[in-house]
Amino acid sequence: MSTEVEPYKDEEFLIRPEVQPEHHLQHERLKVFLGYVSGVGKSSRMLDEGRRRRLYGQDVVVGALQRHLPAELEQLVHSLEVIPLKKLDDGEAMDVDAILRRHPQVCLVDGVAYDNPCGSKNPKRWMDVEELLAAQIVVITSLNLQHIEERQDEVEKITGRRVSETVPERFLYAANEIVIVDVPPELLLERTSPMATAAPGPAYTARQLSELRELALLLAAEVVDRQLEDYIRAHGLALLWGTQERILVFLTPDTNAPAMLASGRRNADRFQGKLFAVYVRHDRLAAGDEAHLRQHLDNARLLGAQTDVLDGDDPVEALMEFARAHRVTQIFAGHPSTEHWWYRFLGGPLDRLIRAAEGTDVRVFPH
Amino acid sequence: MDNDSEKRGQLRVYLGYAAGVGKTYQMLADAHELVKKGTDLVIGYLEPHNRKNTIAKAEGLETIPRRRVGYRGSEFEEMDMAAILARHPAVCLVDELPHTNTPGCGHAKRWEDVLELLDAGIHVQTTMNIQHLESLNDQVWNMTGVRVRETIPDWFVRQADELVMVDLPPRALLNRLERGVVYEPAKARAALQNFFKETNLVALREIALRQTAHEVEVHTQPETLPETPEALDEAHRPAASPRDVLNDRVLVYVTEHPSTAMLIRRGRRVSDYLHADCFAVFVHAEMDFNDLPAAKREAVERHLTFARNLHIETRVLQGADIAATLLEFARLHRITQIFMVRPRYSRWQGFLGRNLIHRIVRHARDMQVTIVAQRRQDH
Repeated sequence: MSTEVEPYKDEEFLIRPEVQPEHHLQHERLKVFLGYVSGVGKSSRMLDEGRRRRLYGQDVVVGALQRHLPAELEQLVHSLEVIPLKKLDDGEAMDVDAILRRHPQVCLVDGVAYDNPCGSKNPKRWMDVEELLAAQIVVITSLNLQHIEERQDEVEKITGRRVSETVPERFLYAANEIVIVDVPPELLLERTSPMATAAPGPAYTARQLSELRELALLLAAEVVDRQLEDYIRAHGLALLWGTQERILVFLTPDTNAPAMLASGRRNADRFQGKLFAVYVRHDRLAAGDEAHLRQHLDNARLLGAQTDVLDGDDPVEALMEFARAHRVTQIFAGHPSTEHWWYRFLGGPLDRLIRAAEGTDVRVFPH
Repeated sequence: MDNDSEKRGQLRVYLGYAAGVGKTYQMLADAHELVKKGTDLVIGYLEPHNRKNTIAKAEGLETIPRRRVGYRGSEFEEMDMAAILARHPAVCLVDELPHTNTPGCGHAKRWEDVLELLDAGIHVQTTMNIQHLESLNDQVWNMTGVRVRETIPDWFVRQADELVMVDLPPRALLNRLERGVVYEPAKARAALQNFFKETNLVALREIALRQTAHEVEVHTQPETLPETPEALDEAHRPAASPRDVLNDRVLVYVTEHPSTAMLIRRGRRVSDYLHADCFAVFVHAEMDFNDLPAAKREAVERHLTFARNLHIETRVLQGADIAATLLEFARLHRITQIFMVRPRYSRWQGFLGRNLIHRIVRHARDMQVTIVAQRRQDH
């Protein structure tokens, strides 16, 4: 169906001259199974990974489980060594000291969002996990999107509820590996007794489940994007185009900035992308114009754009440098309200931008 | 369940970001669950790739034997459509959706076979990798240096009732490759040095996650607009309603240049995300389309067919002044955004303002014009 004329290259056998082995990311230490609701099978995946690692000869223990474990998972647990929870006056907590003494290679920790009872070593279970990680123990855990601190507003919008026990998002970003456990809501709703979670959770509608699912997928994409960026930086690789739409609004005097910013916001939202806005400061910029541009930039910030003031005698060059550094895929620029007659022949700044924007789309806005 | 033959079957797609993430395995595991519940399920086609676990997982499931097809002195095995339709199960598993069938045996593409099964009221569960999605073809090429040939139009995936993302961290996938789980050693070594580089995998994974999120969103907020572009005569509707103001209408400017394919994909993708109607328009100055040189005519026709295959409405216009003709059409049809390819510039800039693309930008001051870059594969 493709009508391209590039020579055929087999997808998995392409040999490039400059093949060099890439160094792998840091050694894995924390692995998180991320799901959008309880019952998608996160715990099961975590325990199964523990079982498989044991088969490969790794020293695996179970550090902590959820309060309510589905019956069919108990069998999986029985095949593994379990470090008993520590009993305290107000409840139970993961026995961090016992695990540190036992010092396994791999420790499975479920219910990572739990609060620990009074008198525990740490107030939160995820802090216990950080202690294990610091002791060079590999931790495999599972996390429900709804328990991420920074996502509480979004989750509440969907479900009408907030949860009290949360994990900060940075915990997820620190993970060397995350795995999204994805199940379509239809399938989840179909699965009645056996696969359903033993924990009596709230019943969600298909729509709520879909919205939570979308949120979880985008969060996972965000984590993966950061990994990609770190990796690219660390290895000095060329920046890649197109994992995500990134829109840059180029603010210049005498253009319809409000329309460009509004469209930028709407487009970034539709694409689940990022929004940037900049103007370039140079000698020929009138003070009055700059005051206007600064105002637009403030508005852009209110719209959630990442903003910057660039310096450079050649605005187009300064803009393109910023665009490349931030992996911008689309530049939004505007027609000025008036135009010199010679632009018709020689081209104006806009024509120069289009010419310079190699590798980036340019969207020109009316005025 | 019994009168399902009347209704169209439902489609479930298992989406991965690379070979070896476990799509087929997951599909088979879910199939066993269905069979346990008494569902009449068969394997229509399975590509085991000599993977031990996959083969073991298929045991106990009914398999429709493949059909042997001769072509140019060789024999190939294909899915036996006639046998599946005769057997008419409730659910049929069809592995490797992007497969191209051996010429001369039914449909050209396996996804067309799947459409036929769905039309016959059979539910289909199938597997594919993200890089086979048509609108991502250029991005995948830019990132990986690989031009994927077997593509699936986005609308096919969009009509899936369920999309399941099968995820595995790239490190784990690389381990599997190194252990020889995915391919035999020679192929695995070549794969590791090329497509399966860690950056490629991480990037493809991110795209797969975002694509799945997008499909979930589209399904959650069903679009009130019709799926196909509205008939163009509707341009004469009464005054613009608020919906017209909010909804973009995208025009892709088609030429004979090979970069048009990339432009069409980009226009399609942007339209999908913006819930916009999309048109592909070619303009010729010659009095008659048939007056065009044969090579140019064929290239344009190929591009227009490509656009139609992606469910884009196409138009061929005639006008001595190409820029003026295009813009007149755009205004008449309330186009909000024109897509054009960034020209290739010679070293000497010359009269930049007189270049056709730049002229259109200059004259289209009442709508948005997007000049799409031709991304190179330069790393």
